[in-house]
Amino acid sequence: MRYALLICGDESRMEARSPEEASAGLNEYLAFGEEMGKRGVLQGGERLRPTTDATTVRVRDGEVLTSDGPFAETKEQIGGFYLVDCKDLDEAIEVAAKIPGARDGSIEVRPIWEM
Amino acid sequence: MTGDWDVAEECAQDAFALALERWQRDGVPRSPGAWLTTTARNRAIDRIRRAATGVSKLQEVAVLSADHPSDSDDSGVGDDRLRLIFTCCHPALALEVQVALTLRTLVGLTTPEISRAFLVPEATMAQRLVRAKRKMRNAGIPYRVPPAHLLPERTGAVLAVLYLLFNEGYAASAGADLVRQGLTDEAIRLARTLVELMPDEPEALALLALMLLHDARRAGRVDDAGDLVPLEEQDRALWDRNAIDEGVGLLDAALRRGQPGPYQVQAAIAACHATAPDADATDWAQIAALYRELVRMTPTPVVALNRAVAVAMADGPEAGLALVDELEASGALRDYYLLAATRADLLRRLARPAEAAAAYRQALDRAGTDAERRYLARRLAETERA
Repeated sequence: MRYALLICGDESRMEARSPEEASAGLNEYLAFGEEMGKRGVLQGGERLRPTTDATTVRVRDGEVLTSDGPFAETKEQIGGFYLVDCKDLDEAIEVAAKIPGARDGSIEVRPIWEM
Repeated sequence: MTGDWDVAEECAQDAFALALERWQRDGVPRSPGAWLTTTARNRAIDRIRRAATGVSKLQEVAVLSADHPSDSDDSGVGDDRLRLIFTCCHPALALEVQVALTLRTLVGLTTPEISRAFLVPEATMAQRLVRAKRKMRNAGIPYRVPPAHLLPERTGAVLAVLYLLFNEGYAASAGADLVRQGLTDEAIRLARTLVELMPDEPEALALLALMLLHDARRAGRVDDAGDLVPLEEQDRALWDRNAIDEGVGLLDAALRRGQPGPYQVQAAIAACHATAPDADATDWAQIAALYRELVRMTPTPVVALNRAVAVAMADGPEAGLALVDELEASGALRDYYLLAATRADLLRRLARPAEAAAAYRQALDRAGTDAERRYLARRLAETERA
C-alpha cells in the first residue's frame, strides 16, 4: 500500500538554525533516505522550499487569481514529503517515526488514493 | 486488503451466538477463549469458502485466528481473547472508537448497548463505527496481534474495553436481566490475565480491584424477585469477604506505585463502600473527596452525577441537588435515567413528594431494564403514598 508521508513543522524554526545545525539535520535525512532506500519502501520524496517562496493559484469564474504565499497562516507548514510503499499502516507508522522531522514537527501519514 | 476486519467481526459474532447456545446446553468449555477463536476461525473458513474469494484470503484470516500463534506474534499475550482485544485497539483510531469497535467486534455487544455505554445516540455510534471501518480499509490498518513493545500504547483502550464489558454485565443497559453474570465473569477473567501480563501497571491492578469490589456485592444486590436492592438496604453478610480482601489488596499494591489514575480512584471509592461495616458507617466525606479527584481526572457528566450523590450523602440532599440541577441545566445527560432517578431520590429525601414523583416518572420512561423499572415504580408508589 502506498502512503504519502507529509513532513510538517515550524518553518521559522528551521530558518533560525545555525549552519552546523542545518548540516547535521541534512545528514540525518540522508541517512534516513539511505536506510529506507535499502529496505525498498521509498518511491520518492522531496524537500520543499519554504512557504515564503510559494505562490497560491485559484481559478474563480474562469479567472486565474494568483497570490503570494500560502492561503492560510498556520503554525506548521509542509516542508517536504516522502512517497513510500509499505505492507500496511503499521509499517508506514514505523517508517514515519524514523523521519528526523518527526522529533520536532509531525508527520501526516496519508494513504494514496489509488485510481 | 484489510477487508478481513468485516469477516472477522461477523465470524466473532457468529461464534458468540453459538457459544451462548452451546454453553447453556453443554456448560462452558475449559478454555472459552480458545473455543471462541477456533469457532470464529471455522466460521470464517466456511464463509470464505462459500464466498469463494480465493485461497489467499482464506489464509489471511486463518493466520490471524489460528490456535497456534503465527510467527509474527511476539506479543507475549497468552490469552486468545485478550490478544484479539489488543489487536482491535489500534492507536490510529480515536480511543473511544477503538473501544467501541472492540466491544462490537470481539465482545459482541450490540450497537444500541455500546451507544448507551457511551451515552450517545445510536445513530451517532453507528456512524462512528462505519467511519472507523472505512478508515481501516482505506488506510490499511492491519488486523494483527501487536508485538510486545507496542502493547503499552494500547493498554488504555484495553482497560476501557474490559471496564465497559464489566459494566454492561454488572448493570445491563437493556433487556430483562439486571445482571449478566457471564459478561462480568469474563471481564474479571480478562482483567486477571492482563494483571499477570502487566504486573507493574497500577491501572490494570486497580481495574481488577474495582471489578472484584463491585462483584463482591453481587449476592446482596438483587433480591429473590430479581429486583435491585439499593446499597444502603443490602445485607452486608451476603457480600463476598474474600473478593473484598483481594480487591483491597490489589488496590493497595496499585497505590504503592505512586502513579495515580482514574481506576485507582474508582477502586478506592468502591473499597470505601465494601469495607464499611454498615451503611451508616460509610465514610461519605472521603467518598465525596475521591469523586472530586475523579471529576478532575475524567470530567464527564456521569462522574459529576456520581459526585452529586456522594456530596448529598456527605453534606445533605440540598447540596447534592444543587449539583444535579447544574448538570441538568447543562443538558448533558438529558436521556440518562439515573439523572432523573437521582433527582427524584434527593427530592424525596427533601420531603418534596410531588416533584419527586414527577422525576420518578421521568426516570421510568428512560430506564432500560425491567428490574430498573420495577425499582423505580416501587419508589414512585412509596412517594405517592407518602
